[in-house]
Amino acid sequence: MWNRKIAIVDLSAKTVTAKPIPREIRKKYLGGRGLNMYLLYNHLQPNVDPLGPENLLLVGSGLLAGIPCLGSGRCDIAAKSPLTGAVGDSNIGGFFAPELRLAGYDHVAITGKADSPSYLLLKDGAIEIKDASHLWGKDTFDTQEALRRDEHDEKLVSLVIGVAGENLVRYANVRTGMKNAAGRTGMGCVMGSKNLKAIAARGTTPIEFADPDNLLRYCREMNEMITSTRWAKAQSRWGTMIIYSNTNTTGLIRTRNFQLNRLVDGEDLEPENIDRYSIGTSGCFGCAVHCRHRYVLKEGPYAPLYGEGPEYTSLGAFGTMLDCRKMETILVANHLVNKYGLDTLETGGLIAWAMELYEKGLINEESTDGLQLKWGNEDVVFDLIRKIAYREGFGDTLADGFKPAIAKVGTDSEYYAIHVKGMSNLHSDERPTPSFALGIATSTRGADHLRSRPAIDMYGLPENMLKEIYGGSVATDYSSYDGKSRMVWWQERLYAVTDALGVCKFQTVFCAVHAPKWREFSTLINLATGMTITEDELMRVGERIYTLERLFNLREGFSRQDDSLPDRYFTEPTPIGLPVAKGKKIDREKFDAMLTEYYDLHGWNLQGVPKSETLKDLNLSKEPSKLF
Amino acid sequence: MQRILVVDPERCTGCRLCEAACSLFKEKKCAPEHARVQVTKWENQGIYIPIVCQQCETPICEVVCPMHAIKRDSNTNAIVIDENTCVGCRLCAQFCPIGGISIDENASRLIKCDLCSGDPVCVEFCQPEALKHIEPLKLGTMKKRTAAEKYSEYLRKTLDTH
Repeated sequence: MWNRKIAIVDLSAKTVTAKPIPREIRKKYLGGRGLNMYLLYNHLQPNVDPLGPENLLLVGSGLLAGIPCLGSGRCDIAAKSPLTGAVGDSNIGGFFAPELRLAGYDHVAITGKADSPSYLLLKDGAIEIKDASHLWGKDTFDTQEALRRDEHDEKLVSLVIGVAGENLVRYANVRTGMKNAAGRTGMGCVMGSKNLKAIAARGTTPIEFADPDNLLRYCREMNEMITSTRWAKAQSRWGTMIIYSNTNTTGLIRTRNFQLNRLVDGEDLEPENIDRYSIGTSGCFGCAVHCRHRYVLKEGPYAPLYGEGPEYTSLGAFGTMLDCRKMETILVANHLVNKYGLDTLETGGLIAWAMELYEKGLINEESTDGLQLKWGNEDVVFDLIRKIAYREGFGDTLADGFKPAIAKVGTDSEYYAIHVKGMSNLHSDERPTPSFALGIATSTRGADHLRSRPAIDMYGLPENMLKEIYGGSVATDYSSYDGKSRMVWWQERLYAVTDALGVCKFQTVFCAVHAPKWREFSTLINLATGMTITEDELMRVGERIYTLERLFNLREGFSRQDDSLPDRYFTEPTPIGLPVAKGKKIDREKFDAMLTEYYDLHGWNLQGVPKSETLKDLNLSKEPSKLF
Repeated sequence: MQRILVVDPERCTGCRLCEAACSLFKEKKCAPEHARVQVTKWENQGIYIPIVCQQCETPICEVVCPMHAIKRDSNTNAIVIDENTCVGCRLCAQFCPIGGISIDENASRLIKCDLCSGDPVCVEFCQPEALKHIEPLKLGTMKKRTAAEKYSEYLRKTLDTH
């Protein structure tokens, strides 16, 4: 794998070059998100327009792409986010990363803007910028099919954008396959701004490993380790929807935007009901868990339809948050956002916000082109998804994301917007869980659970076990504030490394306690690449990646004030739920104390600025440095 | 008793662990193109079908081989190519009706499943059990049970048994 290169593409100048990736950079950043963050911080000028040709779009396969375990097919896509102005970064499964590596490349750095719709083809070492005029306007499924047909290669794998990306919806995503999406922070919008419809890869150059025999044996152990967990067993059967059964019963789900914390009469959204539509499950490259359903809708106005998913996120985005209580509504909405290439969470979050504004009388049918934005009105939801993708009427207002939409609708509307740093949150209600609340506030890419969520906090694990995992004291009770900063700090580093290795977060300590983590990752790196990176060093890699993201955001003008939560978290107690979840809100003082503790653990000062000794310790004092 | 490698496409999740594990074991690399088993997909319809040599009872590859380089290994029941006798005419790959033998990118090497000396690695890695290595009689029993399941549901309802 050491011969895999970085392709540097300038779409304006129509030039392509390839460079090796030095080992010392590999050791510091691994690959995927790690290397992307190194490239982004060091090669992008501060304060550029995210939609300008100077923005840098980075695509990187994880360091372990191609090994037969842990869903090693993950790819990381980064740029300055057009949604938030902060770090833009999104991780995508499927089959692209190994194919890119088989084509001879690990990373692709794209600058400039093509003068007409184009796609990039990386095939067995060769790179071509090709005409995509005939693909412009096509949905994400047809685009991939057309590329396979045009290139006469059924095994071609592509990252594509839909009409949402073409129309510069600021949270347009990048997609591959029927379901995989680099969903968050608008990476599809950046592709659209560069007139780049797709990045296609195909290769037959084998990926070599340092110790293939022991790697094979160890990968088998890893698959057994993860599939023996109850979490993986449940996920193999129900997908991430399984989470709904617990969180909705407890009262941890945002409903009607932020009015309730449980969907009453929400039984149809229970995961068992997917069986009516499922024809089986589907897995990403090298995954023994296969967490998504393949579903078919045979009846109704949107039938016939084949789709994959839906995720727990979509149950919330188009179910609970909008008070839609039918599984079929979720299946159709999920299909539509995938087809147009829209982030499911941002789309659902903005529609939920608009519905609450409509209810409160802050907007009316005059401003919504006659749409009656009533809770549970699925036809309006489907219509609005299309209008956002095509930027029609009120859809155009929502297409720019929270901050511009608030400016357009009026400052009164801000109170109802559930976002951090301009990015919509998952439908989870974090008021009863301070660790989750801190995580969405500190996330470098805006409100998001995948940066740090310590989901095992929900299990009430014994204190000695928590101490062993987190290396310090953490309270068993998930409604406590004690030690939760440590949990978030630890998970942030773990997920940064997971994204850099290109393995799946569901196959590390996310929801499963006894899942592969530092030691196993260290062994896999050694067997696959020959590099020796100890567990401690690996934690420092995580810290380095996260600190670099912090530095990027500071340079773009973000500060401690941005590591906060919407006011409603502090002012409105949760109205329903089990005793552990009812009547809960976040205590402002305790939250601030937790944030300070968290900065301290990272080695950042009270303002959240990394201290000089921290930078020295992480070998970051000399940044910015250049690779190209 | 001999065992056979059985493919059950309805269980396949399309993850290609079989390809990655097979090539890592046989080629010491990740080389899906050189994997003995490969998943053919209709991605937009969610259909995945692993294709692998079925070690036929009357192997066409053996019949067409002018050098008699293809024989059955009595230990594993696999049809194997003797590389010392093979002249690389590639007739076996061309005549195999199911694509059980592939040719590498340099047209210099034939790639075929040999059942890994009796314990196929792909089977060990296939979590959903779309690939199974079982005794021949079990295939019939298994298929009959799957087919009988829908009738049994009906009978349970009408006869009200449990």
